[in-house]
Amino acid sequence: MTPPLLDIQRLSVDFATRRGTVRAIDSISLSVAKGETLGIVGESGSGKSVTSYAVMNILDRAGKIAGGKISYGGMSMHKISERDMRDIRGREISMIFQNPRAALNPIRKVGQQIADVLVQHNQATRATGRAKAIEMLLAVKIKDAEKRYEAYPFELSGGMCQRVVIAMALACKPQLLIADEPTTGLDVTTQKAVMDLITELTAKFNMSTILITHDLGLAAAYCDRLLVMEKGHVVEQNTSEALFNSPQKAYTKQLLNATPHRDSYVRDLLTPEQQAQALALPASTEPGAALLSVKSLKKEFGKPGSGHHHVAVRDLSFDIRKGESLGLVGESGCGKSTTSSMIMRLLDTTEGSIEFLGQDIAAIPAKQFARHALRGKLQMVFQDPTDSLNPRWSAERSIVDPLLRLSPDMPAADRQARVLELASLVGLPVELLNRFPHQLSGGQKARVGIARAVAMEPELLILDEPTAALDVSVQAVVLNLLEDLKHRLGMSYLFISHDLNVVRLLCDRIIVMQHGEIVEQGHAHEIMDTPKTDYTRSLLAAIPHPPAADASITGNTELQDGAL
Amino acid sequence: MSNLAITPSTAPRAQTREGYWHHLRYIMAENPLTGISFGLFFGLIAVAIFGPYLVPFDPVATGVGPALQPPGVSHWFGTDHLGRDVFSRVVVATRLDLLISVSAVTLSFVFGSIIGCFAGYFGGWTDRISGRLMDTIMAFPLFVLAMGIVAAAGNSIENIVYATAIINLPFYARMARAEVSIRRNAGFVQAARLSGNSELRVLFGHIFPNTLPPMMVQISLNMGWAILNAAGLSFIGLGVQPPMPEWGILVAEGANFIISGEWWLVVFPGMALMLAVFTFNLIGDGLRDLVDPQRRT
Amino acid sequence: MSLGVKSKRVLTRLLQAVPTVFGILVVCFILTRALPGDPAAYFAGDMADEASIEQVRENLGLDQPLPIQFVTYVGDLLQGDLGVAISTGQTVTQELAKRLPASLELTLGALLLALTIAVPLGVLAATRPNSWVDHLCRFLVTAGVSLPTFFTGLALLYVFYYLLGWAPPPMGRLDMMFLPPESITGFYTIDSLIAGDWALFKASLAQMALPLITLALFTLAPIARMTRAAMLQTLASDYVRTARAAGLSRRRVLITYAFRNALLPVITTLGMVFSFVLGANVLVEKVFAWPGIGSFAVEALVVSDYAAVQGFVLSMALLFVALNLLIDVTYTLIDPRVGEDS
Repeated sequence: MTPPLLDIQRLSVDFATRRGTVRAIDSISLSVAKGETLGIVGESGSGKSVTSYAVMNILDRAGKIAGGKISYGGMSMHKISERDMRDIRGREISMIFQNPRAALNPIRKVGQQIADVLVQHNQATRATGRAKAIEMLLAVKIKDAEKRYEAYPFELSGGMCQRVVIAMALACKPQLLIADEPTTGLDVTTQKAVMDLITELTAKFNMSTILITHDLGLAAAYCDRLLVMEKGHVVEQNTSEALFNSPQKAYTKQLLNATPHRDSYVRDLLTPEQQAQALALPASTEPGAALLSVKSLKKEFGKPGSGHHHVAVRDLSFDIRKGESLGLVGESGCGKSTTSSMIMRLLDTTEGSIEFLGQDIAAIPAKQFARHALRGKLQMVFQDPTDSLNPRWSAERSIVDPLLRLSPDMPAADRQARVLELASLVGLPVELLNRFPHQLSGGQKARVGIARAVAMEPELLILDEPTAALDVSVQAVVLNLLEDLKHRLGMSYLFISHDLNVVRLLCDRIIVMQHGEIVEQGHAHEIMDTPKTDYTRSLLAAIPHPPAADASITGNTELQDGAL
Repeated sequence: MSNLAITPSTAPRAQTREGYWHHLRYIMAENPLTGISFGLFFGLIAVAIFGPYLVPFDPVATGVGPALQPPGVSHWFGTDHLGRDVFSRVVVATRLDLLISVSAVTLSFVFGSIIGCFAGYFGGWTDRISGRLMDTIMAFPLFVLAMGIVAAAGNSIENIVYATAIINLPFYARMARAEVSIRRNAGFVQAARLSGNSELRVLFGHIFPNTLPPMMVQISLNMGWAILNAAGLSFIGLGVQPPMPEWGILVAEGANFIISGEWWLVVFPGMALMLAVFTFNLIGDGLRDLVDPQRRT
Repeated sequence: MSLGVKSKRVLTRLLQAVPTVFGILVVCFILTRALPGDPAAYFAGDMADEASIEQVRENLGLDQPLPIQFVTYVGDLLQGDLGVAISTGQTVTQELAKRLPASLELTLGALLLALTIAVPLGVLAATRPNSWVDHLCRFLVTAGVSLPTFFTGLALLYVFYYLLGWAPPPMGRLDMMFLPPESITGFYTIDSLIAGDWALFKASLAQMALPLITLALFTLAPIARMTRAAMLQTLASDYVRTARAAGLSRRRVLITYAFRNALLPVITTLGMVFSFVLGANVLVEKVFAWPGIGSFAVEALVVSDYAAVQGFVLSMALLFVALNLLIDVTYTLIDPRVGEDS
């Protein structure tokens, strides 16, 4: 048997913090064979990125390798001098990072940045650097490569920047590529293009790859072997198919369950213990009369004819009926957030009407809507739970704010009682009410945000990517909480997201948007199973497809479905 | 039910405060200079308040000792050319110097943050007009503008305060504007609008309090600069008139004697001035650490 | 980016200075009209009666509405008329023009000295946190912003002139023994070098050394502070991490990737630094009896010569605008993002 390309034995990394030394990864072992693709999967804080930094020896000042061995092609990496390490980086092992725009030098032409790497590793001279860099740009399928050589990162899209970063990483044909969340923050279709490109090129050059990601589905779709990490430990590793279809460890199972896939139900995301406690969902109810009716909604920014003119939403019409959940799906820049801001009356419309509970609220300027009688009936849960809480206010103060402003006549005692009621409704322990946002976890902050949104018993709640910033296991719990609340409080939802799999879990009907217009709308299962437009089909195709789920998983789902 | 809410609320709040003290202690331990600077700060305040009652000699009385006496037992900081006690003059000057800079900084903080808040929150013409105004002030070398203002408006202590306040105004206005505009569409601000807060309440109830920590740092660093400016103006003969003791003017009076070697006339008021500025700068750096450990520079 | 685009951006920058200059003129005009008491009475002199004050008012155009007065004021300025300096009897313009080179030589010299020390110091401090360089940098930065320039100047004088006798007496730009060099740039050091007169060069440098150091000490603090902070920030950036992960040499990472980006905020702060330097310059000129426009203004203040002071404020502001323009143009040339909507 040939020795593995990269072999890590009992590696530990410590970080010096003000509270003393913290062990970020604890005695982990893994190996990558020549030509193999390994996926390292874990939630935030699992130590998955630290592992790769340790391999590259680019830990920041506070971090240091506390023990263990890293050997690459027979060399002991942890003993190598910085000078030799520099020759290995980029030539033998390369890395690509998340947030590609920030990963490029903002004031240097992208072509030069690729040429820098080539020249550094003697793959080109200053004279031939340009030609070779353009060759690499062509290899990563950038059109007009001659011209793009001269571009600065700010002139390129996020997906294009990631291609440039890949070109830099692969310029010297390294043996091993480490991709650290390479597609986080990119749209699904861009994600697919970038991942396909990486797969194609690494196969072409017969390279090994380590893909680090929080997305189990993505890792399973693109990797030969998977390794699951939790809190600095390796939980389980196996071939993708085996791990995906017959996970051995509880944590892996939980993670697998919590990851939404095409045919899971919202309750499936929970652990069996959580499911046991969850209340039974009523059979699907027929939605009532129209609650919100949007007609020919339009939003323009800037003056027509000026350089800044931009139509964000053009001619949008749809209804939401009482008790219904409507999903609004589209990629970044499609106008879905602008639409939600207009309905929420945070943004004035350019044209069109928004009829809510029989009243055209589009006619009321956004600035005056704060004191409108319908304000409390129209509420929102925001994307980033951290950003959506006032950092100087306790959870209690945040929850009580709408009560103070919108029902000022409420006696203080009733208000207190209401806050406690809301806390128990969203499952927030009472003792956390006096904590400040920085003392709460992501899931707890999300609960505070939800409690605040439902405080005035709204009729319509807009969910703007409410779980995008959360780990999957927390996402599972929050989605279930939202589903419960909808039935308990009789609310209607407008769920905005880029992720069809997540939207499908809560929504009866889905609208797909592109360039400020509706591309397609229909029942969730119609959209998912028999999409009518190419755009919807491309969105669906871009969702990573893990190795064919076998009967055990599907059967399992049906069983649970019956149990509920 | 309402009692229930109050009982558990005290414990976590104490924890929070403890967390704060823990953080404070950490900062102090990591950078002992910050601890020293807070000590110096309270020392300065004490001298400003009680100094005039404690000094051994009348600071303006001439001939309390022989002229140009070097520092010694009876006159700790020596005497000047008129036989006045330098120690008494330096101590008594503290109050005036602090008073000038505190009033100036307060004025610029209040007006600057109001202007900046409105400009940052509402944008549009409010922003354009205030921006143009601040740009015009900043188009002058600030100390030179202060000279021009005092020269034109009249040579008095109040005008020194106004001039110093005007030249500091743009710092606060720009900072408040920047801090407000990055939060203008933050999630918690949108949420506040949805909770039925009026625009003004969103601005002053939600956004402004969150801009205070960086503003405090600015205030502290600015205090030192305000003291330097005021002293500089009186050094060139503006504002404070002799024989009133003030650090800048004391140094100016002593300057004539430095080339003949009577160093104490310059060194003691100069050191006092330096110490005061140093204290505020250190506090500013310390506050910066306290407010945001990441932004340490 | 093509040359045409760049020169267009530079031109836009220059045009943006027009409203600034207008703002300066307005402020200066207000300052001349805000004189304590009645300006006409002031210009008419102490002995004037009602009639002659009215006469002066008419002559000066003070009876006209303010906008017309402003137009007259700007018209006079365009002809270089800033009034007459009381103390010397010469026009303010002549006085300022005569003294400007002395101030410029001192200010620019100090800036240059401060930059050559502060930038490398800040870079070294950022690359070696908690080393002795870092501590030295912090000390200089804190001391530099805490020390009043006039006090530093006097302390240096005491040590190097009175105690050690190394420095010449603080009596202007040149010892009485020497004649100034033929004026080409107006800078004695450069002119003496052009004339090839080493002794003269040494004498003028000796005279300038202490004021130069005083001013530079004050100036280097903000520059070093900003350089260090900006370097720390870029060193922690994603693109430096990418460059390191790509195995680029330490030199290239530090210079091409970190330092060039760190330079941008440093250049921006230079505007503020100029403001400090031009202000501190006045104090330093007074301490060392340096015959520049700062000490001219201080002397004018003593005798309440308002025309001279206003002329000084205006010329300093215009100088500052020019320096700021220089910074902006440099910035526009370095940063490709300027002028883009992003």
